[in-house]
This record gives sequence, structure tokens and C-alpha cells, in this order.
Amino acid sequence: MATQLIKGNHAVIVGALYAGCDCYFGYPITPASEILQEASQLFPKVGRKFVQAESEEAAVNMAYGAASTGHRVLTASSGLGISLKQECISYMAGSQLPCVIVDIMRAGPGLGNIGPEQGDYNQVVKGGGHGNYKCIVLAPNSVQEMCDFTLRAFDLAFEYRGPVYVLADAVLGQMVEPIRFPEKAVEPKIDTSWAVNATAETKENLITSIVLDFQILEDFNYELQEKYALIEKNEVDYEEYKIEDADIVLVSYGISSRICRTTVDQTRKQGIKVGLFRPISLYPFPNDRLKELAGKNGCQFVSVEMSNGQMLEDIKLAIQCSKQVHLVNRLGGNLITMDQIISKIKELAD
Amino acid sequence: MAEKIIGRLSGLYKEFPRKGGTAPTATHYCPGCGHGILHKLIGEAMGDLEIADRTIVISPVGCSVFAYYYFNCGNIQVAHGRAPAVATGISRAEDNAVVISYQGDGDLASIGLNETLQAANRGEKLAVFFVNNTIYGMTGGQMAPTTLIGEKTTTCPTGRDPRFSGYPIHMCELINNLKAPVFIERVAISDIKNIRKARRAVRKALEIQRDGKGYAFVEVLSNCPTNLKQDSQESIDFINNVMTKEFPLGNLRDNSEEAESFKRSVSDFSIDSINGLYDLKNDSSPDAINDPEFGDVQVKVAGFGGQGVLSMGLILARAACKDSRHVSWYPSYGPEQRGGTSNCSVMISGELVGSPVVHSPDVLIAMNRPSLEKFADDVEPGGVIIYDSVASDFKFKQGVKAVAVPARQLAAKGGSERAANTVMLGVLKTLGCTKLSDEVFYQAIADNFAAKPKLIDLNHKILDQAAKWTKENIK
Repeated sequence: MATQLIKGNHAVIVGALYAGCDCYFGYPITPASEILQEASQLFPKVGRKFVQAESEEAAVNMAYGAASTGHRVLTASSGLGISLKQECISYMAGSQLPCVIVDIMRAGPGLGNIGPEQGDYNQVVKGGGHGNYKCIVLAPNSVQEMCDFTLRAFDLAFEYRGPVYVLADAVLGQMVEPIRFPEKAVEPKIDTSWAVNATAETKENLITSIVLDFQILEDFNYELQEKYALIEKNEVDYEEYKIEDADIVLVSYGISSRICRTTVDQTRKQGIKVGLFRPISLYPFPNDRLKELAGKNGCQFVSVEMSNGQMLEDIKLAIQCSKQVHLVNRLGGNLITMDQIISKIKELAD
Repeated sequence: MAEKIIGRLSGLYKEFPRKGGTAPTATHYCPGCGHGILHKLIGEAMGDLEIADRTIVISPVGCSVFAYYYFNCGNIQVAHGRAPAVATGISRAEDNAVVISYQGDGDLASIGLNETLQAANRGEKLAVFFVNNTIYGMTGGQMAPTTLIGEKTTTCPTGRDPRFSGYPIHMCELINNLKAPVFIERVAISDIKNIRKARRAVRKALEIQRDGKGYAFVEVLSNCPTNLKQDSQESIDFINNVMTKEFPLGNLRDNSEEAESFKRSVSDFSIDSINGLYDLKNDSSPDAINDPEFGDVQVKVAGFGGQGVLSMGLILARAACKDSRHVSWYPSYGPEQRGGTSNCSVMISGELVGSPVVHSPDVLIAMNRPSLEKFADDVEPGGVIIYDSVASDFKFKQGVKAVAVPARQLAAKGGSERAANTVMLGVLKTLGCTKLSDEVFYQAIADNFAAKPKLIDLNHKILDQAAKWTKENIK
């Protein structure tokens, strides 16, 4: 087992290499560019394929092409680039192509700035492009998880045949922490049951998302929904910290959840029972567990997010609006501070 | 006389069940449309060259969106204009694939112009068949980038006026400005003579793919009797007498003889190779130990860009890592790195690090005066500020220990003026405010400069000098 200090964005490439990712296609954008740079350096050294594309759309469509042949493919960007990629991600969902997409969120809307934010929640978690689809979304909160979740995202993408996101933010992308390297490397095999792999064997497979017949397209859409139901049943993931006796539950993901964790320890020293609920899979969202927690007497919820209540809406839905959900947030590239959370906690505890 | 082979292997299906309907051998194209002829030329060539099994045809958006009804090979349907990018992905992933992008004028020359030119410029192993009929077909006869001046469409009902809509785009000529393409030719499918020439160009483009030589572009002037409201003879005359005046037929480039076959790399998935990329055998730190007694040390390092502020923070983080502490490093990034001020946060802790961003440091290392102005007031009571003594007249708040270090002089004395950051690190180490052992600082420097061994000794020496200075000058 080996441990090294690694930058969050570089850890994505560690995960991808050990996951058997064969192709990287990307376009430069702060604060995600180090993923592209690292891929450009390391992929060719082990014969893997790298192209710096002419645009975000071209990058994700190269991914569409390579994914069609059954290979493991990665692309990454930040919010603005993800907006551009959405067209193709909808096509990937429609054509049922596995692909891993990493989003290192920065502040918006528009050009915004390069500071950290979590304002891509809706465009990533709710589908984002046109049509009735969802993508599995994993939200790391450490450099270790940047690596581990990228690895896991490939397995999920192939298991459910669809695009899978790793949703992180500028802090996670830019920070350096020690990671333990994976102890196994995946040697991928082409799934010839669906891929179009330039062989006689796969010639009759077809990658397409056009379905002219209304009835057939409706049936296909319902099949997709069945797949999402299965994902909702099997792939919910979350982490709880000091939640058992908590009167106030902070709900938070990504870098915000790290700040919350320290806040929980601080406020408990002052005798307030605070806990942290951290969704790891943002889609599927951990609805059942939140509903269960809401059933407990007196427990209050605070959504701590660097966005305008985008996740708060999902918490409300999960607990069926049985409790008020409070919001602590910062926008525009600012991190949430512990003091800010503590003052809300004190307000609620009184 | 050459032997005539009848019933040769074709790249087209004999019947088209994917199309559905009651006429299994009829296409979905309108009567008189040129797509059928071009499909046949491509299908025949695929068959004759025996490449159908390894060919992937990309169906675009437009009338030929259903090209996969007909081509007896791998088929992938893609978004409007994106076929050359998708082709790039296919070709890079499957080096053996013969990739064909079949596109109309709106798709290729309008929404997908960037993808078209860039794939050509990269010299992708790709044959592009560009059907130019001067109009959008599938969507109902709108103006295309190749619509002729004065030609009427549903979106230029009085005829294309260059003052409002520009001029017809000449794709072959545009692509001919690029270095990488191997083959560029404009043909027409308007009559037997032209179809024969088109057949040769299609074959040449596919031979180049069979041999893995690179990019081939064939523009095919074609007809659209439905949207141009022409009968079959008029549509042929339109190509021969009108279109060819704007888009002259002929070969613009044929480098197929000189071009060499090239192979792309083979992917290596073995764990030993990946471990080797990171030198895991030699470069590994111990895992962090949970030690709540240790508490935490929050350090901010700040200075001008170029003073080695970020790398000093990283060396400190490495040292903490070597000492089995939990650690994180977080930089200011983006434009700040390029001139102006630069800073980083280093969290050293006995437990999992929460926020990696230091707001109230226990230790501030300030390499210049602006850094003091920005961060000195944030330092925790009882904290330490180590600053470059050039900022000598700064007024510190009460309750912090401020240490002025003649960093540049000490660095110069040690042998490198640029190593002022190592001097600061040496002072930090010797003051003991990070609670890390002396030894890990030396190890961290050795790791940091592993690629430039000369710098290890130099920086170790400067570290020693800074330690000596600290012991002599700071109580």
C-alpha cells in the first residue's frame, strides 16, 4: 500500500488509470484544467488515448464515440463547460452509453469567477439536458474520494449503462491531501452485447437515440425509468456523523460537509447536540433515511450548501415538507465559515 | 479483359428491416434524391475493399439520419454537427476501425463547421462524405451554408442575399488550406460520367482508411428535387449547369501515395505500469495516525507570486505527512498565481482535517508587506508571525509573536538568493510552532527536490543556517 500527497484534480486521473480508463477527451477550464494536464502527461505513457478537443462539445462527443466502442472514457470540466456538454450527455442517456464526467464546480451564473461554489447541483443532479433521464452523481469530500469515486463511477457507468458524474468543487480540485493508492487495476473487457467495436461480431449492434414511433419511444422511456428505480433501490449512499442523538442535523455534501464536520465537534463542546448527514450519492438522493430522521421528535434540518437552496429542495421533498428546512449558504466563490453555521445553530437551539 | 464478378460482397444490406414498413428494399429517401446513389457507391466500395466488418458509419442528423438502415457494418447515430468529434473518439479508441462520417451541408458546414475543420486539421483517420445539395432537407427546405446567391429557400424566400446571409461556403477549398488532409475531392452524382468519377473518389477515400493513412474528404454535389421543387431532369441540370459553376468539380489534393500508414498506441492496463507512473515503490509516506492530543496547527503562507510561497506550503505539508499527521494544502489559484499576491493554507492535525481553508492561522509566514497587511490581523491570539524583515515598520496587534527574518540575506549567504522560502521554513522548524520533528523537514526537502539532487544539499544547508540564526537571534 502506498500513500502520496496528491492534488484533488490529479487524484481524478489516479482513479481513472486504475479504473482501466482508456481515453481522455477534454478542454481547458479553471479550476479543472489540472485534470486535462495530468491526463495529457500520464495517459500516453501507458498507451492510453488523450485528445485536447477544440471545444467542450467536441470533447464530450469524442467521449460519445469512444464509449460507443465499449471503451472506458473520461471527460471533465467546470460548470460552464458542463452546460455545453449537456446536449451530448442527453444523447448518452438516450443511447445508453457509459461515460464518466467530472465537474469541478466554480461560481456562476454566466462567466462568474473561478472561486468554489456548488451551483451546478440542479444541472447535474436533475438530468440537465433535454428528456427524461437521470445520471448517477457521486459527491466526494476529500482528495482520497476524488480518486475512489472516479474509480467507482466507471463501474456504475458500465453496470447501468449511462453517464455518471463525479461532482466536486474548486476547493476539492485544487487542494492537496495524502491518498492511499488503489491496490488493484481494472483490465477492462469490451462488452460485445451492445458495443459497436469495428468487428463482425458487433456489427449488428446499433448505437442510436432516435426513435420515430411515439409508442416505442414511450416504452423506451419507461424502461429508462425502471433503470432509475433500480438505481434508487441499490445505489443510495450517505455518511452520518454524530447523528444518533442530534437535535439539529446539518445536511451537506462536498467541501461544505468538511466544514460542517468541524462545526459539529465545536458545537458539541458547547453542549448543543448537532449531527451531520452527508449525501454521497446526490442522485439517487438518500430520501428514505432523511425521512426516517425527520420522524424523530424535535430534530431540525439545516441545508449547508454553496448554492441558493438547490439541495434544500431535495431535502424538503425527502422529508415531505414535514419540517422546516433552514438554509446556511454562501455564493459567488465564498466558502461557508464555521461561525456562520454556528450562529444558525445557536439561533435554532434557543 | 478483367473478369466481371457478379453478386460481390456488398456493404449494403439486401433488405432494410430497421426501416420497417411494407417495402423492405425501398429506402426512406424521396424519389430522385442523390443519397441512394452515394449510399450505393460507399456500400460497394466497402464490400470490394473487404472492410465492412471493421467499418463504422456515423449517421448524422438530417435526411441521412437513418443511414444505419442501409449500411451493413457498425452504425452509430450522433447529434447534429458532432460526427467528426464522435469519429475522433471512435478512431482513437479503435485504431483498426474504418470510420466514415456521412454528413449533409447544414450538419457539416454550419452547426458542425468547427468539428469538421478541427478533425481535418488533426488528420484523423476518417473518411468524410459531404452531401452538398444547397438546402436543409429534413427540416423543410431552409437556407444552407451552401445555398447559392439568389437561390430561394423557405428562410430566404426572395433568394439568398449576401448582404444579409453571406456567401456559399466552399468546404473543399477551406479544408485544402489545412496541412493534414490526405485526400480532398469534389464530385457530383448527376450523371453517369460524374457518378463514375464519384465512385473513384469514394474508393480512394476508403482505401486511405483501409490503409490507416489519415483524413479524406469527398464533397458530393447532390440533388433535392423535393425541397428545390424540381423534377428529375431539372435537378440534374441544376447540378451540372448551376451548382458546378459555384462549386467546381475536381480533385484538390491526393497525397495517398506519399502518405504513410500510422498506428496508434496500445493501452497498457497493468498495475505495475501504473504504479511506475507514480514511482510508488520509492515515494510513499506513512498513513496518518489519529492522535487527538496533537490538536491542530493552522498555517498560512503568503507572498508575491514567484517567491516560492506555494512550494514552501507543499514542503511543509510533505513534512507533516512524513510525521504521520493528517494534512491538507490549499492554494490561491488562477490569476493570483500570475503576478500579485499568492498564498496557501496548510492544515496539520491529529484528526481528520475539516475545512482545508485557514481563516485564522496559528502561524503566518509573510514574505512581503502586502501579506502582512492582508493576513496579520487574522492570526489567533498567541499565534506566531514570521515575516521578511523588509517590512520592518509594520505595527502588529497585541498578543502575537512577530519574528522579523532577513530571509533574502540569509538565503544569499547560504548560496541561493531564491531560497528565501527555505529560510522561512528553517525558522518555522526551529521555533517549533508546527510541533513536527526536525527530521521530517529534511526528508520533505529531499522528496521535494528528488528530481534535482543538487538542490537537496543546498536547501538542507540553508535550513541549517536558518536554524542557527533562529537560535542566536530569537528568544
